[in-house]
Amino acid sequence: MTNKETMLIDGVPVEINGEKNLLELIRKAGISLPTFCYHSELSVYGACRMCMVENERGGLEAACSTPPRAGMSIRTNTERLRRYRRVILELLLANHCRDCTTCENNGQCKLQSLAKRFNIEGVRFPNTAEKPLIENSSVSVVRDAHKCILCGDCVRMCNEVQNVGAIDFARRGSKMTISTAFDVPLAESPCVGCGQCAAVCPTGAIVVKNDVEKVWKALDDKNTRVSVQIAPAVRVALGQAFGLPGGENSMGKIVAALRRMGFDSIFDTSTGADLTVLEESGELAARLEEGGHELPLFSSCCPAWVRFCETRFPELLPNVSSCKSPMQMFAAVIREQARASSRRHVHVAVMPCTAKKYEARRSEFCPDGKPDVDYVLTTQELVRMIRESNLIFSELEPEAVDMPFGTMTGAGVIFGVTGGVTEAVLRRLASDKSNSGLMRLAYTGVRGLEGVKETTVEVGGKPVRIAMVSGLGNAAKLIERIRQGEHFDFVEVMACPGGCINGAGQPFVPAEEKAQRSAGLYAADKLCSIKRSEENPLMMSLYGGILKGRVHELLHVHYGAGEEERHG
Amino acid sequence: MNTHEMYQTADAILDRCGREQRSVIAVLQGIQEHYRYLPRELFPYLAEQLGVSEARLYSVATFYENFSLDPKGHFVIKVCDGTACHVRKSIPILERLRSDLGLSDKKVTTDDLLFTVETVSCLGACGLAPVITVNDKVHPGMTPDKASELIKQLREELQNADNA
Repeated sequence: MTNKETMLIDGVPVEINGEKNLLELIRKAGISLPTFCYHSELSVYGACRMCMVENERGGLEAACSTPPRAGMSIRTNTERLRRYRRVILELLLANHCRDCTTCENNGQCKLQSLAKRFNIEGVRFPNTAEKPLIENSSVSVVRDAHKCILCGDCVRMCNEVQNVGAIDFARRGSKMTISTAFDVPLAESPCVGCGQCAAVCPTGAIVVKNDVEKVWKALDDKNTRVSVQIAPAVRVALGQAFGLPGGENSMGKIVAALRRMGFDSIFDTSTGADLTVLEESGELAARLEEGGHELPLFSSCCPAWVRFCETRFPELLPNVSSCKSPMQMFAAVIREQARASSRRHVHVAVMPCTAKKYEARRSEFCPDGKPDVDYVLTTQELVRMIRESNLIFSELEPEAVDMPFGTMTGAGVIFGVTGGVTEAVLRRLASDKSNSGLMRLAYTGVRGLEGVKETTVEVGGKPVRIAMVSGLGNAAKLIERIRQGEHFDFVEVMACPGGCINGAGQPFVPAEEKAQRSAGLYAADKLCSIKRSEENPLMMSLYGGILKGRVHELLHVHYGAGEEERHG
Repeated sequence: MNTHEMYQTADAILDRCGREQRSVIAVLQGIQEHYRYLPRELFPYLAEQLGVSEARLYSVATFYENFSLDPKGHFVIKVCDGTACHVRKSIPILERLRSDLGLSDKKVTTDDLLFTVETVSCLGACGLAPVITVNDKVHPGMTPDKASELIKQLREELQNADNA
């Protein structure tokens, strides 16, 4: 644009730079217009009417669904608009459970915070709130239909971004609800447990299942040894809940907090990721060697993706890597090591992910009926536990993880971001083992938070075509392309947009802040003295010890072997 | 119900309406016309063919009053309760039909799947009020007694058809 177009927002001229809607422009201008149903990554729905603005003729327009035009003049804060917003909130609150203090979403609820922001001192309408209507069939999320404000965020997330389509609106008018097809429990629906619906839900209508009490109980039991592993993505998100800058690596503080809370041994899932790198790169190398494969090898780290593949593309299951996820590989090894002790052993995993709760319950990962991972806590649940322990997180002195699994590599750390698994595998496979070769890998197109990345890398003199997708909708589109005949050798799939750093178990941040977490992980990689998984000295002792003759049993899994049981 | 036959029926309708998202309503209408309701067994197949989720189909099917997810009787009797029919006493007709058939506002179809009784808001035949329709055939100027008589006739009709 040569001639800059401008418009007036509350009398102040603002430049239009191709913003899709007024709302974006208004927010760029430093005005935090309230919304329930707007998320930049979802389609515009225009249902909540909180973002109404007044134009120069006194007309009202929804900022989210009005494109900015040159010469426009709008007001965002007038007596009339304030009154409207208050009435909308009052109406929403009229049939909403207002027991905020005991709500799972207390403190994170948009309805609560907007009611506070707009000074709702009373609701003039009769209270028609009904008792909670809890649906807890899923091991990942819990729904309470009576806290739903029908903004449709979850529906659009499930359909547009994830392409899962487990939920949608049902019925109409005052009887409208969010529901699965035929109102079956979520556990019997195509839901993959990614939890992104809970991440965008503005109220407590969909929340992540809370397993905190069970973990406290294990910690309090003197006869139980409790071990814990912490996933890479957790360290760059948890600190935010305690006022640390977004993306700051707070692994040391997390370890310190866990130790104070009474965990007996603390490990880093990055170590498990190193095992995954070795196994998965071996699998890929073998496939490349064999040649003649039309279909790619798909990564298997993400349980929501595995579940998606099982329900939607069962014919592709043979192409999904037989590697367990880092969490499950590591848990199997930790469990083996704990067998030496006679004390009861409980293993906890702190994950950015709600689908991991489901993965831990899968029969494949419950040898002899006992799960390798007893409890999965999301980042947010750990935040809750740290708060409950009255620890001042920001003042904790960083500590290191425990032996005998105390060494990890940068390759394992970057698993938490889309493209990380691929980069880690390539570090292992690349023939150029020099430092500059390592650094060049970062520029081959494996980094970045785009939903679909493609690159061709040379391995052993042969070009290897790789795709990295995040967001299950993108995965479905890529699979369609592969079916049309496009060739890929390796495809990394992460269900959550941007990878695990944006898992539904993480504290929720707007799309703009997500890049900080990825930067935090790449910075953590830089600080690791070992960059390649095969150089981790622990690996050698593991393969020579616990894993000797048992690699297949402990590190691999065969999905689709009669696993008809749904998560529940 | 014969599943093979069901898929064939669905395929014919899908071929006619198109296997794409925008055909959802047309396809559901076709299915409903054939079966007088939307059989749940067909949803997975329809969803796959139309490229939408089952939840979305359910959403559409529950939004429109006209779609039914429960099997309907051989005779679907609609009692008009629009303003004109209402003031000309449509409710006693409805009550008579329900008591004759052992139905209520909750239970709209007889167990033998012969009769379904429901109300509609207006059939657009106010000059003939009060009106009921049986499988889209209009019966004008109804009274409770005429309704009872009609039920009897319909039963006989069915018996004769069975004997033939």
